[in-house]
Amino acid sequence: MSSARKNLISILTRRELKSYFATPVAYVFIVIFLVLCKAFTFYLGDFYQRGQADLLPFFNFLPWLFLFLIPAISMRLWAEERKSGSIELLLTLPVSMWQAVLGKFLAAWIFTGIALALTFPIWITVNYLGDPDNGAILAGYFGSFLMAGAFLAVGSCLSALTRNQVIAFILTVVVCFALMLAGWPMILEGIRGLGFPQSVVDAIAGLSFLTHFAAISKGVIDLRDLLYFLLMIGFWLYASVVVIDLKKAD
Amino acid sequence: MIETRDLCKRYGDLKAVDGISFKVEPGQVLGFLGPNGAGKSTTMKMIAGFLTPTSGSASVCGFDVQAQPLEAKRMLGYLPEGAPSYGEMTVAGFLQFIADVRGLDGDVRRRGIDNAVGRLSLTSVMGQTIDTLSKGFRRRVGLAQAILHDPKVLVLDEPTDGLDPNQKHEVRALIQTMSRDKTIIVSTHVLEEVHAVCSRAIIIADGKVLADDTPQGLEARSRYHQAVSLSTENPKAAQELLTRIGDVAAVEIDPQDGRVTAFPRKGKPIFQAVTDALKQGNFPFSEIALEQGRLDEVFRQITQPRKVAAVTKQEAA
Repeated sequence: MSSARKNLISILTRRELKSYFATPVAYVFIVIFLVLCKAFTFYLGDFYQRGQADLLPFFNFLPWLFLFLIPAISMRLWAEERKSGSIELLLTLPVSMWQAVLGKFLAAWIFTGIALALTFPIWITVNYLGDPDNGAILAGYFGSFLMAGAFLAVGSCLSALTRNQVIAFILTVVVCFALMLAGWPMILEGIRGLGFPQSVVDAIAGLSFLTHFAAISKGVIDLRDLLYFLLMIGFWLYASVVVIDLKKAD
Repeated sequence: MIETRDLCKRYGDLKAVDGISFKVEPGQVLGFLGPNGAGKSTTMKMIAGFLTPTSGSASVCGFDVQAQPLEAKRMLGYLPEGAPSYGEMTVAGFLQFIADVRGLDGDVRRRGIDNAVGRLSLTSVMGQTIDTLSKGFRRRVGLAQAILHDPKVLVLDEPTDGLDPNQKHEVRALIQTMSRDKTIIVSTHVLEEVHAVCSRAIIIADGKVLADDTPQGLEARSRYHQAVSLSTENPKAAQELLTRIGDVAAVEIDPQDGRVTAFPRKGKPIFQAVTDALKQGNFPFSEIALEQGRLDEVFRQITQPRKVAAVTKQEAA
């Protein structure tokens, strides 16, 4: 039974992933993502001037790139199913809601993983120019992938709220922006300035993508950060299941 | 077998489905009739396990749709309203995907797909993406998807909508051949379809079952059931002649084509009396027919009794 269940998820994931590449959307996305990655890293990130053999400029800009590009992937996850009515087909097949949510989420995650992996020329460049800590870079990629998963899980839930992809996109950007900003020193200072106790500030910072990503991007994999992202993904996917169950009818 | 028990679906104050109970056995084709917005699709969505009933229950082959959704869905082939599918997939890819999800393997899988493709004449479009297909083809892809795993129970929401007359005929024939060992529910608002495929019809309006009968039984409720109609050069004289027959309740002349129809008193056969009267009076007529009853009239009578009554009153005045 459990192998059959895993199999079902992979069937759904494969179908979804294929559908990305059936239209030009996937290619357009990947090209834009790669171009922006390079622009941010080499020009805005002072990659050369820093004179350091690491990918910190790349990983520092990645969350901001994710903020706008990942909602563009996640917006169609459920909004499109609802708009075309295929959600009715999908959910009346012998598939549980969890399998459907997970299958679609995994497809989006794998797709993001492919886009992320295609940034490898940056990694080659830094290895050609110097002698970076490749373990730290690997950790950075791993952290980025986890963070992308969290963004996508948020997007999956918000995409289930509406049949309009534009609304799904905007909602996801706003919520992800809030989740990122929660860890920004400026915001945290502001909150502290309002007279909130340190514990509240810490709690807000603890919810932030950036706080948890910062450590990983420097190559430090802390179990707590890992757990944070996994819980985040789990929570938002659970919320997706709840939202779909509530909203599938309208 | 499909069974619903006091099935209800409420949206806020609106009762989309209000206590629908019925049971369909294998070998039966149940036609679901009703005006738009009557609750046909909502009922079917609850049977298929897409919508959760507000109260009441539905079961498919003994599996409660809410308690054992996966078992119920395995038994079921479902064509949702509008035949949605994944537009960017090819027909072949889409059917393969459904076969995968249904867990079909080896020979069963090949036979299932071949059979569905053959029965719905999809061979010519297997390599096309569904988005590029005509409405009729899309509907047939939806049907193919529903029958792929040779399900015991079929729920088809407007299976012939958007098909041309030839395709309609084929789909009806398909439903009839499949009906031998399956339980089938078909919703439609094409009344002729009820005759063509259904062994039983349920008329619903405002979420309630208003009639549950065989198509013949429904027709028998019509004013036209057992009425006699004829075409003649002289309708006025025919009206006079036929009104004199004891069991004839009324004689009407169609204002458009001048056809004369004699309505019987309830349960009295008048065909013999009418033909005798015509023969005796040596009355000339070009053609005469015994009416079976008109479903469209019964449908209107049942779904909007007040409106029909008002119209009849107006006509009488």
